[in-house]
Amino acid sequence: MNLRSVLLGAVACAAFAPAAFAERGSDGQLNIIYWQAPSILNPYLSGGTKDVQSSSMIIEPLARHDETGAMVPFLAAEIPTVENGGVSADLTSITWKLREGLLWSDGTPVTSADVVFTAQYCMDPAGGCAQLAKFEGVSTVEAVDDLTIKVTFTGPKPYPYLAFVGAQSPIIQKAQFEACLGAAAATCTDANFGPIGTGPFVVTEFKTNDVIQMAANPNYRDPAKPAFATVTFKGGGDAEGAGRAVLETGEFDYAWNLQLAPDVIEAMEAAGKGVRVSAFGTLVERIEINMTDPSSALAEGERSTVAHPHPFLSDPVVRSALSMAIDRNLLVEVGYGAAGRPTCNLVPAPAIYASDNTGCFTQDIEGAKAALEAAGYVDSNGDGVREKDGVELRMLYQTSTNAVRQDFQALIKDWWEQIGVAVELRNIDASVFFGGDAGSPDTFQKFYADVEMYANNFEGADPEAYLAAYTCDKIPSPATQWQGENINRVCDPAYEALLAQLGTTADLAERGRIARELNDMLTVNSNIIIPLVDRGANSAHANSLGGVLLNTWDSELWNVADWYRIK
Amino acid sequence: MLTFTFRRILLSIPTLLFIALVIFGLLELSPGDPMAEMPLTIPPEVQEKMRIALGLDLPWYVRFFLWLYQFFIVEPQVLFDHWFGTSFAEGKQRILSFQSRSPVMDIIVERLPQTLWVVGMSYVVGVLLAIPIGVISAYKQYSIFDQIGTLISMIGFSVPTFFSGVLLIGIFSVGMDPDSFFWLPSIYDTTHKVTDWASFGFQIRQMAMPVFVLALFNAAQVSRYMRAAMLDNLNQDYVRTARAKGMSERVVVLRHVLRNSMIPVITVIALGVPSVFGGAIITEQVFKVNGLGQQLITSIHASDIPMVMTLTFIFAILIVVFNLIADILYGIFDPRIRYD
Repeated sequence: MNLRSVLLGAVACAAFAPAAFAERGSDGQLNIIYWQAPSILNPYLSGGTKDVQSSSMIIEPLARHDETGAMVPFLAAEIPTVENGGVSADLTSITWKLREGLLWSDGTPVTSADVVFTAQYCMDPAGGCAQLAKFEGVSTVEAVDDLTIKVTFTGPKPYPYLAFVGAQSPIIQKAQFEACLGAAAATCTDANFGPIGTGPFVVTEFKTNDVIQMAANPNYRDPAKPAFATVTFKGGGDAEGAGRAVLETGEFDYAWNLQLAPDVIEAMEAAGKGVRVSAFGTLVERIEINMTDPSSALAEGERSTVAHPHPFLSDPVVRSALSMAIDRNLLVEVGYGAAGRPTCNLVPAPAIYASDNTGCFTQDIEGAKAALEAAGYVDSNGDGVREKDGVELRMLYQTSTNAVRQDFQALIKDWWEQIGVAVELRNIDASVFFGGDAGSPDTFQKFYADVEMYANNFEGADPEAYLAAYTCDKIPSPATQWQGENINRVCDPAYEALLAQLGTTADLAERGRIARELNDMLTVNSNIIIPLVDRGANSAHANSLGGVLLNTWDSELWNVADWYRIK
Repeated sequence: MLTFTFRRILLSIPTLLFIALVIFGLLELSPGDPMAEMPLTIPPEVQEKMRIALGLDLPWYVRFFLWLYQFFIVEPQVLFDHWFGTSFAEGKQRILSFQSRSPVMDIIVERLPQTLWVVGMSYVVGVLLAIPIGVISAYKQYSIFDQIGTLISMIGFSVPTFFSGVLLIGIFSVGMDPDSFFWLPSIYDTTHKVTDWASFGFQIRQMAMPVFVLALFNAAQVSRYMRAAMLDNLNQDYVRTARAKGMSERVVVLRHVLRNSMIPVITVIALGVPSVFGGAIITEQVFKVNGLGQQLITSIHASDIPMVMTLTFIFAILIVVFNLIADILYGIFDPRIRYD
């Protein structure tokens, strides 16, 4: 290229600048960095956040949740409801209609057969589909015509928006994945690394656990989008390096999940190259109470099982005192800064499902002491630890290895010791703690400790499946190979009755009321779960990147088609 | 010599099989679960089905022999097919990574270039710097040059790469103006292709910091060995004899002393080569080089057993091979050493 053509190009650029906004690929290159590198672009084979979010730029579901948690149609023409006839009156089926004229990135039309195939792909028993829970209760998925899909459930489904909704459940192309059903899923490396999609970008090069190169999809449904012509999606390193690349050196435009100490990230932001964005979803850092006795004096197979109730944590007074002793505002300040806020709820959002509990925000050490005193827990032998009926309040408090969690442990241990509860701390590597190895004594499901701390959330905007974890039949035990989501081993018939009621209620306001009550039963009323911090998503983007709407209900990159370069 | 080599190769077969068994056993016994990285929103029943899809329901010995079969039979067949266009491996199951569900060997081949470029280059630079520094330091023992050399190698030894790497990023990526000549990228672009002088220049720039950090460390080690070996030899009788015969210092030092001093140093250098393939876990992480070292560490975190198993086993092969090479090189450098 000689000087003349460069100058001509510059003139042309200047002349078209106002129009450039509405032209596909006019903003050049976009650089995204995730400090966990994507391994595969097929969310049905991996539930990892990095894999789900990176693939959301390429393959799309019928509908997504926007940044407020409301559902917006993507490949669907509209959201089916009972009112518009899309959901049957008896709540046993939902009928989706595709937008007209949709094309895959290879130019072939998107039809209902692709949607039916997607369900078949995930529901194949030999496939090991990571998103199988989205298809729970689905009996058939059939194509009514080229653009209409009817999903029939085995029973009434008050919240039918799980399958084909959200970044975890996108539509894949039948032609590409046809030979990859069931056990053959792992043999389709090319398809898993470069799915043909309907999203704003197509994969041009994929290096697993390293980098993805993408280009604008020539067949994207909006001819003016995406504004970027190419994308480099780099993975690897650590949160600090990713934050530095956006906020300090300016090499990248967007960095995901900057789990850094508040002062570190503020110092980076001071360089002035980018801004941090945070948004709140449903992720709650909490302390889970073990309702059963984890004592090592019990035989293997008896520890932490319902046969042996916990000697003192089964007493609501003790649990309440533990919660009262905690200063949640200080925890937020130390661990999360602007990306966290104190909470007393297990379900902190969406607004309709969130209780307005704020009673736990003020620390009350004296109140906790008085409550324990009144219930007969006194320190009679002067060792600083209260006891009742010869049982001393001594606890083992475990969590995964993570700098913020260890800070929390130290603070909470101090508060609990002030009220006369002895605490021993333990931290376990995350890959062991969260791994479901039934042979390991250190998993969070096995819960060989009195209390443990971690964070959990739910996908999408409906908490029913999340609240359904606390039923008697989901208690981990030797009989279930220690699998099960009811970590606390709580078993309350009143809770289950109310949960069953939620399962048959379609009215949104009523669902909200029931969910709030269920939340209160587990938290403020019983303190079986002690919520600490509502953790927001914390990302950063360059000052020159426009259109970012941080979304905690779906992929963070859900609206990447609308991103543009601020000139 | 040939018989010796042949005997050593034969002996290494049971050694390697034993190593494979030990690695597999360690991975099997260590806690950890490939599902640990999945979000908790995936219910336990679904996770169990995913484990079965990965083949984790099979007993350990079945998985071990399957891996041996895949490593020694299927993968070489794939390579043979690739070279000669045959189809011996068609329809056979290759070693698949748990994380990406793609063939482990393909990932290794994809990552080898950046590891060899960065880590290999730093090794070459480190050795090329270390040998002259070691020679001069020994020849002029306790001179200013020797003192400075000692200081630098102490720094290279004692400053960890995660500190020196971040320090360099602070100076050259954050501190410099992006338009200035001295600005260097903090993130390595693994998709960059060298096609002309400008792109070659960029490749040099992005390699500068990781190579420097690693070369400092390598040079520190090798230069100390070189200096010590030179000092041992400089006081020998044969050196005095050479000088007495009226040979120039140049001939004495470079032909007589250096050649004899190289023998132990060659071993150190040869035995260090496998670590080049192993990548530099921390430096790769700091600069996002995403080579084999970074792959190994992420695979360990994700309990990606086939990947960890294959990578560590390849390292084991390389260590055995380079031990053999070092032994053979002894014979070449020192005619007194004969194995037969």
